[in-house]
Amino acid sequence: MSAFTSKYADELIANAAYIGTPGKGILAADESTGTIGKRLASINVENVESNRRALRELLFTAPGVLPCLSGVILFEETLYQKSSDGKLFVDILKEGGVLPGIKVDKGTIELAGTNGETTTQGLDGLGERCKKYYEAGARFAKWRAVLKIGENEPSEHSIHENAYGLARYAVICQENGLVPIVEPEILVDGSHDIHKCAAVTERVLAACYKALSDHHVLLEGTLLKPNMVTPGSDSAKVAPEVIAEHTVRALQRTVPPAVPAIVFLSGGQSEEEATKNLNAMNQLKTKKPWSLSFSFGRALQQSTLKTWAGKEENVKAAKEALYVRCKANSEATLGTYKGDAKLGDGAAESLHVKDYKY
Amino acid sequence: MSCFKSKFTDELIANAAYIGTPGKGILAADESTGTIGKRFASINVENVESNRRALRELLFTTPGALQYISGVILFEETLYQKTASGKLFVDVMKEAGVLPGIKVDKGTVELAGTTGETTTIGLDGLGDRCKKYYEAGARFAKWRAVLKIGPNEPSELSLHENAYGLARYAVICQENGLVPIVEPEILVDGSHDIEKCAYVTERVLAACYKALSDHHVILEGTLLKPNMVTPGSDSSSKVKPEVIAEHTVRALQRTVPPAVPAVVFLSGGQSEEQATVNLNAINQLKGKKPWSLTFSYGRALQQSTLKAWGGKEENVEKAQKAFLARAKANSEATTGAYKGDAQLGEGASESLHVKDYKY
Repeated sequence: MSAFTSKYADELIANAAYIGTPGKGILAADESTGTIGKRLASINVENVESNRRALRELLFTAPGVLPCLSGVILFEETLYQKSSDGKLFVDILKEGGVLPGIKVDKGTIELAGTNGETTTQGLDGLGERCKKYYEAGARFAKWRAVLKIGENEPSEHSIHENAYGLARYAVICQENGLVPIVEPEILVDGSHDIHKCAAVTERVLAACYKALSDHHVLLEGTLLKPNMVTPGSDSAKVAPEVIAEHTVRALQRTVPPAVPAIVFLSGGQSEEEATKNLNAMNQLKTKKPWSLSFSFGRALQQSTLKTWAGKEENVKAAKEALYVRCKANSEATLGTYKGDAKLGDGAAESLHVKDYKY
Repeated sequence: MSCFKSKFTDELIANAAYIGTPGKGILAADESTGTIGKRFASINVENVESNRRALRELLFTTPGALQYISGVILFEETLYQKTASGKLFVDVMKEAGVLPGIKVDKGTVELAGTTGETTTIGLDGLGDRCKKYYEAGARFAKWRAVLKIGPNEPSELSLHENAYGLARYAVICQENGLVPIVEPEILVDGSHDIEKCAYVTERVLAACYKALSDHHVILEGTLLKPNMVTPGSDSSSKVKPEVIAEHTVRALQRTVPPAVPAVVFLSGGQSEEQATVNLNAINQLKGKKPWSLTFSYGRALQQSTLKAWGGKEENVEKAQKAFLARAKANSEATTGAYKGDAQLGEGASESLHVKDYKY
């Protein structure tokens, strides 16, 4: 095979396939300390370790939630945290049939000579870090590359750097037993139409799969986390069926069938939009040789955060709000969502922040 | 979209999908004058235009055969030839629901500085030639790129040149209404094992699809004609059809986007029966296969027929029966229904491998 032979090959393939189980998806709870600070600030909660711990406990112990999930992406701090009765979060997840994942990139920095384009850092010592994370119970990893659409963007340079960074990260993960989520996010910012987004998405994904091939990555042991194909945030909205059609077509043109699952990012979409779009994709009748599921952060937690507002007495209601979104997205992976989720406060609210930085 | 906008888009997509119709495949009858000469020499037939015409008429008018064929690849001369009763071959095909195709490359030349690696020529004026061929009735084209496996082969240079040559050819075809068959043949010559062939095939196909993306080719309006993944011809390991099927389909799963409607295998040096049995095993395999898997066979469809014909009028009926048997067998193989019971014509089990094969 063109793929390298990892002692973890069978495990990687099994875990990647498991994450794509119909009816399940990923909760992205890997906000860095800085980013979670912004979320907590929006609900007037102090950004201290105990509050971060409390939030994640709320999420992971919400009744009915874990059966809707196949994985949760964690920030490093959370990998070692425990519930208030002393149980490691990773153990709670494992017992709930959920694979713990870990964010391993170290954020983006600008590429000199470009118009604000970036590359992602984190390759130095990545192998050792992955080993440690595997020992702590992690079974998959995530690395976010960021591209943007503009007059002359994304440039060939940006596409190449980000694709090859992702590929190098991916093979290092596989050498150390972690399924790499390959995330080439094309920001939704801009006034471009859906066709432009489709063209760019196809170019970016084609570059990614060439890079993964060059780096001998075992595709059956990877996941893809792309943006959906949509109009830019400053452009007129379109129906979920249109988003579904353009998105699935872009994937048909670029993603080899060996990839077991595609777990969409939600970008700036509201909770309800993200669910409806995912649902439309799973209803589309056409060739889809990979599971189509979710890896949502904001689009799973928004209502929950607002309901919680940092108060103990709101925990039960906040947990229910999370369950509502998890169940809705679980149904969306089967194309059976009826649009009837009890909309929590803020569920229809756009979560777009211009030029979003984690 | 990343692909360009062609006025022929809908037609290209429809024709490419049609070629992949289950139960059908392609007859590669595009041997150049030089190559058909070698075939004729092997059956003591003179290489003159009338004999070349007679052979193709024999094939295209075989009763009951065209229903198993979705397309025939022709050499330029044949595109303009007629039956003995004066009907254009392309019309015979069209009336039988068979799309005419045309070989458009001009052969290979060596890449300086490599160990006998080649690139394929034919891009100059290709657009105008495609237009002409479309007017004559052609609806798809074929361009054969050739790579080889060796200690240092295929080189990055060979991979790049052949992939980008294929991509440029492909988009020019689409601009002119012809569905391009993308054929990156990795020769079976060598003593390497099946794993090595799988590794090289995956690299080559990954390079091809990157090149096709860069050139804005509409994948839904293309076909892929790859080699199956097998051990080298000098390898001591003989493997079962199921093993060939597993390695072949896995290589395709790792590299061929679902937008491609059909994969039409070349037969390389395989005997008629091997080529059928392997295709059958491929279609029986359980696994993700979001493209039709069918045949585009030359030697592996015509070998018995040629031997039975021997250039003699009185053998035509016998030769046509041989052709029908292979066409039907391969049709069954496209649905995994072949029982290995095709009446084996003389030579059906004979290896058709010629070392360092040149068309």
